[in-house]
Amino acid sequence: MAEYAADLRAAEAKLRRSLVTPEGVDLSLKLATRGQRAAAFTLDLIIMLGILIAFSLLALVGIFTAAGEYVAILWLIGFFTLRNFYFIIMEMGPRAATWGKRINGLRVVARSGARLTADAVIARNLMREIEFYLPLSFLFYRSSEGSADGAMWLLGLGWSCLFLFFPFFNKDGLRVGDLLAGTWVISAPKHVLGAELLSERGGQEPEYSFSDAQLDAYGVFELQTLERVLRDSDPEAMATVSWTIRNKIGIGEVSSDYSFLNAYYAGLRARLERKLLFGRRRLDKHDV
Amino acid sequence: MNVVDSRSFRLAREEEWRRLDDLLVVCEKKSPKALSDEDLMALPILYRGALSSLSVARETSLDLELVTYLEGLCARAYFFIYGVRTSPGRRMLAFFRHDWPAAATALWRETLVSFLLLVIGTIVGYLLVVNDPSWYGVFVPTELAGGRDYNASAASLRQGLYEGSSQDPLAVFAAYLFTHNSQVAIFCFALGFAFGVPTLMLLLYHGGMLGAFFALYGSHGLGWELGGWLIIHGSTELYAIVLAGAAGLRIGWSVVFPGNSTRMAAAAESGKTAATLMVGVVIMLVMAGLLEGFGRQLVKVDGVRYAIGGGMLLLWLAYHYLPRRERFGG
Repeated sequence: MAEYAADLRAAEAKLRRSLVTPEGVDLSLKLATRGQRAAAFTLDLIIMLGILIAFSLLALVGIFTAAGEYVAILWLIGFFTLRNFYFIIMEMGPRAATWGKRINGLRVVARSGARLTADAVIARNLMREIEFYLPLSFLFYRSSEGSADGAMWLLGLGWSCLFLFFPFFNKDGLRVGDLLAGTWVISAPKHVLGAELLSERGGQEPEYSFSDAQLDAYGVFELQTLERVLRDSDPEAMATVSWTIRNKIGIGEVSSDYSFLNAYYAGLRARLERKLLFGRRRLDKHDV
Repeated sequence: MNVVDSRSFRLAREEEWRRLDDLLVVCEKKSPKALSDEDLMALPILYRGALSSLSVARETSLDLELVTYLEGLCARAYFFIYGVRTSPGRRMLAFFRHDWPAAATALWRETLVSFLLLVIGTIVGYLLVVNDPSWYGVFVPTELAGGRDYNASAASLRQGLYEGSSQDPLAVFAAYLFTHNSQVAIFCFALGFAFGVPTLMLLLYHGGMLGAFFALYGSHGLGWELGGWLIIHGSTELYAIVLAGAAGLRIGWSVVFPGNSTRMAAAAESGKTAATLMVGVVIMLVMAGLLEGFGRQLVKVDGVRYAIGGGMLLLWLAYHYLPRRERFGG
């Protein structure tokens, strides 16, 4: 267990990238994980496919009318635009993200921290041609021409998959397009600020009071885990946590797990924040 | 005592954060224009306030929720405040006035190499097919040849040059040509990342196909006529393909030989210039598609075809390479 908190911290630190604003504050951006990006891309693909199907159905209705010629042109240009410019146009907007990225709370930013320019957005998205469409076309080539030379096909597929799996070969999870555009994708979800857990005391005596020794049982990591448990308010989880804490600090049965945990949270946070003010951040319970 | 501090810190500032949050939502969903003057003036102040709150919260508060919220809020505000400030119209203007020609000029070496590769491919293709017509099938796949091969008579070949090569209505044909060629050009560019090698091969192959056509038509004494058929749109289209090849070669080159900067920085630098040029290439291919779809089917006189083709080429070259005065502050 000693390593668990440290592992989590290391994993978090691995995703953090420093970006110091002109005001001198480090925003310490969090890179999107490869999973998040894959999910966003899959969503975008589904959206694009949906648009294409709806568009094609409309075109199919229109093609037999007198304006059939124009419908055909519209479809051709529309397909081309969708394939090449869906990502580009969406990422050029003020939100710098496609719908798939928005849903996953991601956005594209320049690695240098400077503003994201149009040429960078174009560069990163034109490269999808070899990252996604090339492997895809190799796959389809196989299925349409069964007699294609097996070894050559395998070689081609493997080669094109190098581009597809490029994000797995670097620590920043950069696509080929990110590399060539000087961008990366960060996770910056819109967060709704939850309620403050420290409730109003209103002058009355607290229900529980803890000794310093009891409060010294845990560190910041445990405090923030407790915070998450309290915010989730899952009775089962709260019962388990409450039992563990009471066991550790030697308190018997309590009437309500929630009010006990809340009181302990308030006490622990006060103590740890006080230490913080004196320059001591106690990372977790093993940190003494 | 301390409990009160970390709580009152949040209580005192929460309203400002929420206001910043609301303003950002308006900006992201609509546009900064939807904000009142008062809100617009308040935005940078609120942003700086949130940044300082973040600094304080990181050092004094252990409320994970609060710190996470402030980090997200500050990042969003930062990217908005320091983000893109130009309107789409101005950006387009800058692209046509400066960025596109500048990108073309910056890549002149690659353009020259790309052009030479195309020429070499053409010459090799021509010589091979002239000496041994069985090479024709290597350069021109059957489905692309559409009956234009060594079994065709001179008359039917001549007919192909002056009558629509397709049953489709002109405009549909033009649209198809444009989308197809653009996709090939984008592909040619993207493949440049594989150290430029596939781009080289594509250019050579494209040239080879051209040479093979000339060998075929030349053997029937139709070389001049084929030239007219090709040049009317080909001067624009081939030039666009040369530029796309140049863009691909540039990124391939900078990945292999990054020079004084790091490989990452060199790749990013060249990628952006090359991408700008690629937007120009797509625009050129729109023109080429129109010229091929309409111009070629409507103009049947060789001389006029040559004049249009040559004129277009001169226009492009002048636009891209003629030195122009730098405008300061523009």
